[in-house]
Amino acid sequence: MAVITVDHVRKSFSSLEVLKDISFALETGEVLSIIGPSGSGKSTLLRCITNLEQVDSGTISIGGDTLVHTDDQGITQYADKHTVARIRLRVGLVFQNFNLFPHFSVMRNITEAQMHVLKTPKDEAQDIASDLLRKMGLPEKADAYPFQLSGGQQQRVSIARALALKPQVLCFDEPTSALDPELTGEILAVIKELATEHMTMMVVTHEMAFARDISNRVIFMDDGLIVEEGTPEAVFSNTKNERTKRFLSRF
Amino acid sequence: MGKLLMLMLEGTFTSLRIFFLTLLFSLPLGLVVAKGRMSRHRIISSLVNGYIMIMRGTPLILQLIFVYFAPYYIFGSSTDRFTAVIIAYAINYAAYFAEIYRGGIQSIPQGQLEAASVLGFTKVHTFTHVIMPQVVKRIMPAMGNEVITLVKDTALAQTIGVAELFRVAQNAAAREFSTMPIFIAGIFYFVMNAIVSKSFDLIERKLDYYR
Repeated sequence: MAVITVDHVRKSFSSLEVLKDISFALETGEVLSIIGPSGSGKSTLLRCITNLEQVDSGTISIGGDTLVHTDDQGITQYADKHTVARIRLRVGLVFQNFNLFPHFSVMRNITEAQMHVLKTPKDEAQDIASDLLRKMGLPEKADAYPFQLSGGQQQRVSIARALALKPQVLCFDEPTSALDPELTGEILAVIKELATEHMTMMVVTHEMAFARDISNRVIFMDDGLIVEEGTPEAVFSNTKNERTKRFLSRF
Repeated sequence: MGKLLMLMLEGTFTSLRIFFLTLLFSLPLGLVVAKGRMSRHRIISSLVNGYIMIMRGTPLILQLIFVYFAPYYIFGSSTDRFTAVIIAYAINYAAYFAEIYRGGIQSIPQGQLEAASVLGFTKVHTFTHVIMPQVVKRIMPAMGNEVITLVKDTALAQTIGVAELFRVAQNAAAREFSTMPIFIAGIFYFVMNAIVSKSFDLIERKLDYYR
């Protein structure tokens, strides 16, 4: 069953058209990688799904509810505030630059949204956070502050922070681009582990080997369009598309 | 000498009342002004900008005189002197604080807002729990400067006849044909500002638990 469907989505920044008619579906339990050159619109697509950007037209549904819809008359309308707030919690996002809250301890980074948004009682939220930290291999860092952690550790905390809200889908926006190669490995290992647990994930990445390794499906984007879509095998090894070939030849 | 000190302590008490009441009103008012300055409505932001230009572009002493005398010429009655001082200082300092707040708020990375948004925080919660705590830390040095200036600016209140510390010292100097009271007042101001500086040091150290 599709947990996210994106249909004919368009998005421009003033005169620059960043997404030109994007359609795809993300199935439950699937790991989808989105690859493509810088400026191809892949991050913008992720930001539209997580509601950090608003689309100009098109339809996005998440977990069976409509976030935004363009009707037959061409009128694009977002769901009401309440519905949007409810729907968007189904999608977690891990940022390239982590964006942890520097003034909160690691524990509070992970519990704040649970308590403020989901109204989870404090001790329950802390139990959930402790479990997640253990899973991320950081059980001893609960009281640390983000500046005391390495980039890789910060990114693992931010993954824990996103998972604490129990999203149906976890999105990653170039999760290793701010990390050196050594630390990249630890993040990829975490994502891989989540994949074995059948977490539904959408990963925007420049790590081709990784995309090939963990994805069920790969989307190649260029210039605001989905150029090719298929199994890692089909895209990485057997592509017939000239543009895809040219892009992949650099790796 | 004992009598002089008593008088000067009384003057100091008036100066401190001006100081604390000004902070009490200007600190929150500054936040409102900063919000107005950053408003997306062109009319609001340019009105607020005009207000800030006037407050920062004309002498405080002139504003003080204006606040005290303008109501008299317009309505035929005036507020009492002390109230006029507090009003003039509060709206003047609010303009300076507003610009400091604005600098602080705009220096918080966009990513903090995005993270809060993706996690489902309300706008109010994001402002009070994510943005403001980080702003407070960043603006402390600039605020320290401004608050120290305020201690010294209280001396201007004598312009419209409020007997604060410096006026008391000047009166005593005239009475006794000696500049000594004025230098003693200088020591008083210095001690007050030493306390202000120390307090800011303390707060900055308290906020040093994160970077």
